[in-house]
Amino acid sequence: MSHDLTASSVASPLPASGPQPALPQLAAATSESRFARLTLTITALAFVALFLLLPLAAVFTEALRKGPAEFVAALGDAETFSAIRLTLTVAAIAVPLNLVFGVAAAWAIAKFEFKGKAFLTTLIDLPFSVSPVISGLVFVLLFGSHSLIGPWLQSHGIQILFAVPGLVLATVFVTFPFVARELIPLMQEQGSSDEEAALSLGASGWQTFWHVTLPNIKWGLLYGVLLCNARAMGEFGAVSVVSGHIRGETNTMPLQVEILYNEYNFVAAFAVAALLALLALITLILKTALEIRYSAEIAASRRH
Amino acid sequence: MTDTTKTAPWRFRQPSVLPGFGLSLGITLSWLVLIVLIPLSGLVFRASGLGWSDFVALTLDPRTLNALKISFGTAFLAAVINLIFGVILAWVLVRYRFPGKRVIDAMVDLPFALPTAVAGIALTTLYAPNGWIGQVIEPLGLKVAFTPAGIVVALIFVGLPFVVRTVQPIMEEIDKEVEEAAATLGASRFQTISRVLLPGLMPAGLTGFALAFARGVGEYGSVIFIAGNLPYVSEIAPLLIVIRLEEFNYAAATAIAAVMLAISFAMLLFINSIQAWSRRRYVYVA
Repeated sequence: MSHDLTASSVASPLPASGPQPALPQLAAATSESRFARLTLTITALAFVALFLLLPLAAVFTEALRKGPAEFVAALGDAETFSAIRLTLTVAAIAVPLNLVFGVAAAWAIAKFEFKGKAFLTTLIDLPFSVSPVISGLVFVLLFGSHSLIGPWLQSHGIQILFAVPGLVLATVFVTFPFVARELIPLMQEQGSSDEEAALSLGASGWQTFWHVTLPNIKWGLLYGVLLCNARAMGEFGAVSVVSGHIRGETNTMPLQVEILYNEYNFVAAFAVAALLALLALITLILKTALEIRYSAEIAASRRH
Repeated sequence: MTDTTKTAPWRFRQPSVLPGFGLSLGITLSWLVLIVLIPLSGLVFRASGLGWSDFVALTLDPRTLNALKISFGTAFLAAVINLIFGVILAWVLVRYRFPGKRVIDAMVDLPFALPTAVAGIALTTLYAPNGWIGQVIEPLGLKVAFTPAGIVVALIFVGLPFVVRTVQPIMEEIDKEVEEAAATLGASRFQTISRVLLPGLMPAGLTGFALAFARGVGEYGSVIFIAGNLPYVSEIAPLLIVIRLEEFNYAAATAIAAVMLAISFAMLLFINSIQAWSRRRYVYVA
């Protein structure tokens, strides 16, 4: 389609970004022909529809295939219910832990200059470049019966793998960078002058943090927590490796989806999947609302 | 907790009036060591314990080699497709106006928010022979579900936001004057785009490509449902790790994981060097 771009003489308004009452000739020099614009837009939208919208629609369609009654019944199942509870429990432990870590890391990295800072930042990002399966595997190697501390743990009756602690550890590993990554650029941008002013006026360190820093970063923090939570509740690979798939005990919602699906219980599988998709949609809506409303108070960089 | 060393010539950190450096760095480092570094070095330790010849033998096992080939091959193909369509999508989102643009923009992040298992079963249902898309392409002789093509489809889903979200902010920053200058010097619109705009977007595009590729290599949840998981044909490396683990073959699982980890770190280094390079060379930076 690229050769169509040469025809630039069509007088049409609008390179986007803001109302531009520019002269048509000027716009034509920095925009594509109407045909090229149309082709590109349709290509992009078709791609989005095919790869993003259709799968989402399929989840809800399949979940409701046999009617809402069947959907509700599938969610009322005891094992599914315990999977929902376990997912909420794991997220409720993992997210606050990474929240505290994220704030501490951002404070150290954004407010101070020290040796090895760039390296530390890279290390914090490390879990993003590790396959989820490997994220689970490392904990199996660490705590499994073949490991150094595995037998000791076993003899003391401490269960980590195939139990909640293992699920939490794997989830914390996988969601490790989210909050820190959101806060570091934001706090770097804001600088330290507010805090310095508070301190010079006699505030203590904690007072400065609670009354000055926290209000400044709260939307960015919320944004990071939102993404962290979505991943914590939806994580599959890492959790799958450490869970042991004990029904009704160590199955989180995504694992329950897999089990139901492999049993050809499609309505139930898609019912649980629909709940997770709903969570994803809520996350996206809140995220977009935060971006629109508080774009200045959320860091400029938008990469995950 | 501020324990600045007196006035030593070498300083670990620059002086600051802000408190809490020791505490915050302490929390950061201990959490990092406990959660990330000890577990990862455990893997490295286990892998090195295998001994070189065992390690090579395990990695060169035909099934392992095939799984690695499939993982990297499909991830590469998916990242290429994502690069092309991701750049077009980002361009459309940055430059054009159309109804529903904000919704589409928000939807680009869906793969970040939607659990991979959900994406996996949804895509499988769509591309299965009786699915919405499967019905259409099956008569054309195209099989996607339960073939390597299915893996590519899943990885396109997973990787798309990486390209769009890396390229989009850079496109937004492009100075209109550059295009106007090109146009006044007689460049056609096509020349302006291919000779002026795209080269400047290349570092961001490469970064997005590398991120999507790295994510695709390690992806598990969305792939295992649609892949069919036939050994030597559509079995990805992460799945083979899981299979070896279930056989209690820790040595093989560790060896595959170590190879994948080494390649991911090489990718990370590659991404960092692209960014350092582009920072030196271009005005707008990834």
